[in-house]
Amino acid sequence: MLLAVFSDIHGNRQAFEACLKLARAKGAERFVLLGDFVGYGADPEWVVDTAMQLVAQGAVAVRGNHDEAVNSTTESMNNEAQIAIEWTRGRLDVAQRRFLAGLPMIVDEKERLYVHSEASQPARWHYVRATADAAKSLISTPAHVTFCGHIHRPALYSMSVTAKMTSFVPKTDVPVQLLRGRQWLAVLGSVGQPRDGDPSAAFVLFDTESCQITYCRVPYDIASAANKIRENGLPPWLADRLSQGR
Amino acid sequence: MPKPLVKSGAVIDGYTIGECVHAGGMATLWTVTHPGIDVPLLMKIPRVSEGEDPAAIVSFEMEMMILPRLAGPHVPACFGTGDFAHQAYAVIERIPGITLYKRLPDLPLPYEEARLLVSKIAAALADLHRQNVIHHDIKPSSIMFRESGEAVLIDYGLSHHNHLPDLLQEEFRLPYGTAPYMAPERLLGVRDDPRSDLFSLGVLLYFFTTGERPFGEGETLRAMRRRLWRDPHPPRKLRADYPPWLQEVVLRCLEIDPAWRYPTASQLAFDLAYPDQIRLTTRSERLKRDPLSVAWRRRFNQGVMQPRARSDVAEQIASSPILAVALDTVEATPELNEALRVTTERILATLPSARLACVNVLKLNRIAIDKTLDEQGSNKHIDRLVALRHWATPLKLDESRLTAHVLEAVDPAAALLEFAEMNSVDHLIIGARQNSFRRTWLGSVSAKVAAEATCTVTVVRPPRMAAAKPGAGVVWG
Repeated sequence: MLLAVFSDIHGNRQAFEACLKLARAKGAERFVLLGDFVGYGADPEWVVDTAMQLVAQGAVAVRGNHDEAVNSTTESMNNEAQIAIEWTRGRLDVAQRRFLAGLPMIVDEKERLYVHSEASQPARWHYVRATADAAKSLISTPAHVTFCGHIHRPALYSMSVTAKMTSFVPKTDVPVQLLRGRQWLAVLGSVGQPRDGDPSAAFVLFDTESCQITYCRVPYDIASAANKIRENGLPPWLADRLSQGR
Repeated sequence: MPKPLVKSGAVIDGYTIGECVHAGGMATLWTVTHPGIDVPLLMKIPRVSEGEDPAAIVSFEMEMMILPRLAGPHVPACFGTGDFAHQAYAVIERIPGITLYKRLPDLPLPYEEARLLVSKIAAALADLHRQNVIHHDIKPSSIMFRESGEAVLIDYGLSHHNHLPDLLQEEFRLPYGTAPYMAPERLLGVRDDPRSDLFSLGVLLYFFTTGERPFGEGETLRAMRRRLWRDPHPPRKLRADYPPWLQEVVLRCLEIDPAWRYPTASQLAFDLAYPDQIRLTTRSERLKRDPLSVAWRRRFNQGVMQPRARSDVAEQIASSPILAVALDTVEATPELNEALRVTTERILATLPSARLACVNVLKLNRIAIDKTLDEQGSNKHIDRLVALRHWATPLKLDESRLTAHVLEAVDPAAALLEFAEMNSVDHLIIGARQNSFRRTWLGSVSAKVAAEATCTVTVVRPPRMAAAKPGAGVVWG
């Protein structure tokens, strides 16, 4: 079965639409949403509604730190993120907020584990910045592949049976077979706010039979997404950074 | 880990196991058959039981990732792989014949035989590097030859694929590979430089032409590290009749700093194809190693070496292409030849490691036997070479980056296409057909070349002149 995995959509309708369209065209049969549906972007209602529909049709979804911040004031964020979250809170209705609050922190499908930040302490929202962070996450689970996002930069880590690590920056559109002899941590780039220097929207396809993972990029209408952020009076940097991919 | 299921007569995923043909330290090789496949097959099975070298597993994983992605005549075709969860294996085409290892008793080989042998291996390496793979274990036992002549590189257990995770990157604290052939930068942990394979090929060429390994057989880290600062004895010291061009090639491959080696395997193959055009430097004359003072300076200045930026294999190869410019030194107008020079100069300006082959076709008469000497009695071939070099002078290219070639052919387009193919030319620059008179007898060489070449072709025209419009020049009162 071909999975399409999306992370860090951040209220960016144009980017999410483009990703969904390409994933469906590539034959994706099941969707996985790794959280941070809202925050930063100007279309939180549409994104959450779409996520709710996908979940009703069988998609997997987990909670991100921005989704949590909608329903609590304890999560500490930088100033721009805080402004965006407060704006978002006012836009979502009860059903949408309840959906975000009800999302699980982690979904464990034995072979595959889905989590927003990393698997060792998912509620602490640690970033997987380097091999040592990836090792902590991989040691905490027996799953063959862990999918996570949160850092907005694609990476692929593996750990051998003797706990030796490898790190790798995946090439777009080049499938990599995730060999069974080792465990893998697939860190996804962001759908709605890429920060790896490439402004196109990022997602991942994973074939559960062949264990091949493909990191995909999609160009989308950045100008419209950025304009909507500006029109709604959100911090202008949140609009500017989209075209820079950082 | 499940016990290996492999024995004669067993069937794994449709492959019937035959006999064990090789039992090495890391893997065993079995003949297998499959109802749907006609080619002779081998199944490679890693040693994974307890007490075996854990490196065997990791190198086999690497091989399972890389083999199915390779294509072309220089690699064994891969038909399938099996997972470690069940039974790890890779089924590959069985290349008939023997590896180059069996030639060791014949060393040293005649220079000409070694030249042909190594140029075939360089062509194979160029093809592998183009597929984003660095072999990292080039040595006689990794090289076979097809009946059609092409070199085949086998064993990808230590290889690096630029588009795949490098499973060996942190696996071993010490560099892993075959000590006598290992490039110095490998000892510093560099695994993404394709020029490491050119160093190993240089070791092989040295060994095959002198009978001695340039860095001995030392397997200790201390012995291996010497190559970071100590250069090998020049081959001429070992064999007085060693051709200077060959020493130039060997010592260039064995340069300690990868930047001083050939930038690509294609460029090495190009030099081996035209030994008489190799620019000889002081390398070719050397009879002794560098003085100790120089070696010691290298040894104690290791830390000063700038850390290298991560390189991208494809980018590095693309930055060092082989360009060819087709010139008509006799018929073409000065404007066209000037336009060709301007275009060539612009392309070269962005590519400091590119090399340029200036090519001219001496058209032979289809029926009569062509006389080499023209009416005035001068040698046409030499005249044209002189003209080509003269054309290239304003480009101010280093001699080692420039060659001139006169091809003799009835069909100029076919000759240019063959030259580009044989020499792995990446970009061919050619002048457009000029006027209707020439078009009729040239049959537009550039059109045929542009249509049929397998590389990039730039067709150049002189700057546009203002067209003579009807009525132009008439002054109305």
